[in-house]
Amino acid sequence: MFKKKSMFLVSVLLMMAVAITGCGGGSPAPVQNGSGEEGLSGVIAIAGSTSVHPLTEELTMAFMEQNRDVRIDVSGGGSGAGIESAASGAADIGMSSRALRDNETAGVQVVTIANDGIAMIVHPDNPIEGLELTMEQVYDIYTGVITNWSQVGGDDISMTVVSREEGSGTRGAFEEIVLGKDSPTERMTIQNSTGAVMAAVAADVNAIGYTSTGSLNDTIKVVPVNGAMPTVENINNASYPIFRPFIYILPEGEVGPIAEALVDFILSEEGQAIVAREKFIPIN
Amino acid sequence: MKKYINRGMEGVFFACASISVVVIVMIAYFVFREGMPIFFEHGVWNMISGRTWNPTREIYGLLPLIYGTFHVTFVALIIGVPLGLATAVFLAEIANDRVARIIRPAIELLAGIPSVVYGLFGMVVINEFMRVIQRDYLGNILPDDYKWGYSILSGGIILAIMILPTIINISEDAIRAVPYKYKEGALGLGATHFQTIFGVILPAARSGIVSAVILGMGRAIGETMALIMVVGNMPIIPDSFLYSIFSPVSTLTATIALEMGYADPTHRSALFAVGMVLFVIIALLNVAGILLNKRAVK
Repeated sequence: MFKKKSMFLVSVLLMMAVAITGCGGGSPAPVQNGSGEEGLSGVIAIAGSTSVHPLTEELTMAFMEQNRDVRIDVSGGGSGAGIESAASGAADIGMSSRALRDNETAGVQVVTIANDGIAMIVHPDNPIEGLELTMEQVYDIYTGVITNWSQVGGDDISMTVVSREEGSGTRGAFEEIVLGKDSPTERMTIQNSTGAVMAAVAADVNAIGYTSTGSLNDTIKVVPVNGAMPTVENINNASYPIFRPFIYILPEGEVGPIAEALVDFILSEEGQAIVAREKFIPIN
Repeated sequence: MKKYINRGMEGVFFACASISVVVIVMIAYFVFREGMPIFFEHGVWNMISGRTWNPTREIYGLLPLIYGTFHVTFVALIIGVPLGLATAVFLAEIANDRVARIIRPAIELLAGIPSVVYGLFGMVVINEFMRVIQRDYLGNILPDDYKWGYSILSGGIILAIMILPTIINISEDAIRAVPYKYKEGALGLGATHFQTIFGVILPAARSGIVSAVILGMGRAIGETMALIMVVGNMPIIPDSFLYSIFSPVSTLTATIALEMGYADPTHRSALFAVGMVLFVIIALLNVAGILLNKRAVK
């Protein structure tokens, strides 16, 4: 708590500093390179996936604590918007929670900063003792072959299938991994955020859904897939099959010194420790 | 000098009044400009009659969304219009001041509640209630696809509550505007109070009541947030018409609000096309309202 408060203070001071220098000089403070001693100063903007946003917030806070003259603005908007704004230069770094499509790769380079498991979740009172699903069953649920809990060993109760909206990074990654090129069923209720999916599953004992492992809590129950829970070890040794990369998108060629230092920081041991602390999967 | 000030003030007021016209033209222009390309690309009729909405696979069928919007609105009117009319008659003809002093502020409050709060109420109370009905009471009759809790009926109930203030206020005004002579005449001929209400007052107030219904319908078609939380957002047309009110659906407005954040450029254009359809529906509704009103006045 104290840390957050002091961070807030620091960022406010930084904002004021930027405003003052902005007024006085008329040109942004020069970025110092190479001297090492003085460090970096300036402002960069990061935008994109709402799934990557909270993690980025934590990482940039730690980074700004070490580089007090740097300010980083993080905003949401979605993976699509993140990719677009990085390509167009509207943001210095774009965030995406899905791999880029072929028509999106022009003029950009990508860095994977973490992995994120996608957990299958059900209501905590789900009556099936030791419920487990195979990848085939998850495929069948989301293609509409399985519509009743009796088909996975439960009573004759209809299944409420919860999914994310078209275009969501979580849904895109989930469908790519589970469905491949096949179309999902139309018979699923659409919720437009991680929180809304969890609320929908927590509200209905018949429900099943999927969500990022970074945001799990005890209002819902996680179901093992192929016998594995979505833990760090299981994802690293690939025994848990559903996970996706968290990606930073940078312009091709020359990258600004702050963006470069930030990426180096995130990929360092220290940065990856924050990734793990936030319940995401560090990359090696 | 006075004359010039007058002229000037007239000009200022005219400019203010023009802003709404300019805004509507600009909204129409931008929505149509963004939405037209995809209509040309996929064919207007193909899109409007297409039964699958799956933008990530570039299938842009709008029929399920149009269906959902109209079915939910229809249910809302079936519930909301009789309820609203009865309330208006009660307030205008029956209630004494003390009762009206309690009911009227409650209706005002109903109009002021943000739609997301209606949505929360619907999600927690109405959908839970629907689940009990669908699974426990009708569990043996309804197919599995109609047991979600998210349903056209929940959406209709929520919308009916939301359009109540519109319907009550406008039709109460219409009822009060009926000349007192009509009522005196009917009562003088020996009609009972209720015969007077149904035989004389309501028919005489019908133009106002029609406006009330049309305005309520416009509000229902445009409602977004509350519906997102209760109808399930499933772009389908139910297989069985008999059970259809228990089926989840998606609406035009909900689809735009849900999907805009993550949409790639083509998908975005498709959502603007959805906006175009909404725009046309609302425009037609207003025209119908004006025409009906004219006829009713004659």
